[in-house]
Amino acid sequence: MKSPRIFVPNDATAVACGADRVARKLEAGLLARGITADITRNGSRGLFWLEPLIEVETERGRIGYGPVKPSDIEDLLHAGILHGADHPLCVGLVDEIPYLKKQTRLTFARIGIIDPLSLTDYKAHGGYRGLERAITLGPSATVEEVVESGLRGRGGAGFPTGIKWRTVAAAPADQRYIVCNADEGDSGTFADRLIMEADPFCLIEGMTIAGLAVGATKGYVYSRSEYPLAFVVMEKAIEKAREAGLLGDNILGSGLSFDMEMRMGAGAYVCGEETALLESLEGKRGLVRAKPPLPAHKGLFQKPTVINNLVSLATVPVILDKGGKYYRDFGMGRSRGTMPIQIAGNIKFGGLFETAFGIPLGELVYDIGGGTASGRPVKAVQAGGPLGAYLPTHQFDTPFDYEAFAAKDALIGHGGLVVFDDTADLADMAKFAMEFCAHESCGKCTPCRIGSTRGVETIDKVIAGEKREQNLALLTDLCHTMKLGSLCALGGFTPYPVLSALNHFPEDFGVAPKLPAAAE
Amino acid sequence: MRPHGFWESETSMAVYEDWSTERAAQVISENRHLEGATMPILHALQETFGFVPDPAVPMIAESLNLSRAEVYGVLTFYHDFRREAPGRHVVKLCAAEACQSVGGKALAQYVEEKLGVDMGSTSPDGRVTLEPIYCLGLCACAPSALVDGQLVGRLDRDAIDEIADCFANGKSFGDA
Repeated sequence: MKSPRIFVPNDATAVACGADRVARKLEAGLLARGITADITRNGSRGLFWLEPLIEVETERGRIGYGPVKPSDIEDLLHAGILHGADHPLCVGLVDEIPYLKKQTRLTFARIGIIDPLSLTDYKAHGGYRGLERAITLGPSATVEEVVESGLRGRGGAGFPTGIKWRTVAAAPADQRYIVCNADEGDSGTFADRLIMEADPFCLIEGMTIAGLAVGATKGYVYSRSEYPLAFVVMEKAIEKAREAGLLGDNILGSGLSFDMEMRMGAGAYVCGEETALLESLEGKRGLVRAKPPLPAHKGLFQKPTVINNLVSLATVPVILDKGGKYYRDFGMGRSRGTMPIQIAGNIKFGGLFETAFGIPLGELVYDIGGGTASGRPVKAVQAGGPLGAYLPTHQFDTPFDYEAFAAKDALIGHGGLVVFDDTADLADMAKFAMEFCAHESCGKCTPCRIGSTRGVETIDKVIAGEKREQNLALLTDLCHTMKLGSLCALGGFTPYPVLSALNHFPEDFGVAPKLPAAAE
Repeated sequence: MRPHGFWESETSMAVYEDWSTERAAQVISENRHLEGATMPILHALQETFGFVPDPAVPMIAESLNLSRAEVYGVLTFYHDFRREAPGRHVVKLCAAEACQSVGGKALAQYVEEKLGVDMGSTSPDGRVTLEPIYCLGLCACAPSALVDGQLVGRLDRDAIDEIADCFANGKSFGDA
């Protein structure tokens, strides 16, 4: 009889909630019973409120138990989880959990299902079919396939990925680079981390396809020191891909050469900005570069460089495998395909929810996320990280779409949602946004460097009621200057959280609320 | 029976080497061939010694044909790099929005009291360093922290008490 296969997730969330101890306890419990079982450390399914989520492979499918504490193991084994027995922690067939079932998983199709470091698992679930097709198509048709997919940069700026690739491919050069921006510093986001930890070969394949498409032979992944596990997993995966001839020279007998390396940031948020990231990769301070020249013309070491967000690159394999048209058919308006939405903060069911663009914000917060973890009313959602706007509940009908959010003076950014209940003080959060900008500013341009420090002082005065009207006018003016005058998005977007907090929650600043119509 | 695909998370209390120019020179030469080698060298030095002592600056500069000012600029620009030895235990507490949304600020105060050290400093006895960190990507199980390299999610007062007890007994959190 085949020994049962048990899955214990090994992504950072599961580990942070005790998955390593759960795995050790499970191993010991099985050993004591003389049972031989195959414990696979898979990635997470992204249903984080259930982590650690043990899954057992049965004839009916994968049965889940979670959240499991080390002290639950004996009880679970006694109940007979190896046969998918019932238990208070049993969540039934994992694939049938509504949170998972309602998703459209294209980029994240494999996460939580496979052993992240098994190439056999990866290939058994469609891995490397995209690269094989790209090799058949050749470079220019590969670029056109990505153009046709309508894929836009998932890091937040939303620039069409295919157009960027076309520019790099056309730029004359002796050397081109692929740079993966995995400097996912936004609070409320973890999609990049999850790909690296749960499906690293997907990123490797995506970068290899990008290399083939534009004629680049070298790639770098710039990740964060705050993601220690992701770094370890990626390094191991790169080594395995190299050993299997999927990186290096003559990949899959195509004559194509491509290799890649991991690089670690050092706690500077601004390095998530593409030009600051390139400076950091070159070994310099992460100072933002003025554009032009665009990185597509003069990027890493002055060579033409594709710099894409991790999720963009990890979406490329499925586009090449199933075709640009297949991908383009999901979504709404000019937001094509799917977006991994990360639901976090004060939320009952926090996790990763990949779905086609167009889903209303309120549906994500209430129907999918289950409302606040505290059980109190939702006050606001910050969308798109620390530089994204706070949306009040009366804007919850906004569909998840680049343009629809922009029309509400908001951003979808990297797809993170941080939910706040009614105890949150939005004046305090606005001040925090300015403090964060002051802390993280690279210092190159005045609006960001000086504006953020002055912003903190001015918000303090508003809260203290010191010449409130004048200081509010000054704050608004300051935000305007930062928005229009900053060299990059750090200074340029900090006004989003500040002004949205002020416009929608004036009472938190000690200002009488405006009429709802005026607050729009 | 070792579970396959098993890798342990980054472990416990780091043990650092004492500074020596010979060892530093070795670390630098192991990494100098990389494109844009400054950051990898600084990381490697910090991993070896726990911080990047000032005498390393001219050594890096010479090895990479940079000015001392350039190396100094990089060393001081990034929040992660230390120029002084950290405490025997390092606690990094997430201060970003998702953790704030579930009471992170009050919890931070409790951590300061419990560990007897202010945010951003090292206790006078050199036992513990407490620092803010901006997002560990554990936003769906906030509040979170990185304690001696171990990720901790769903952090609460009980977990903080446990951490403080471990430190008081000279143990590393998560060894139990």
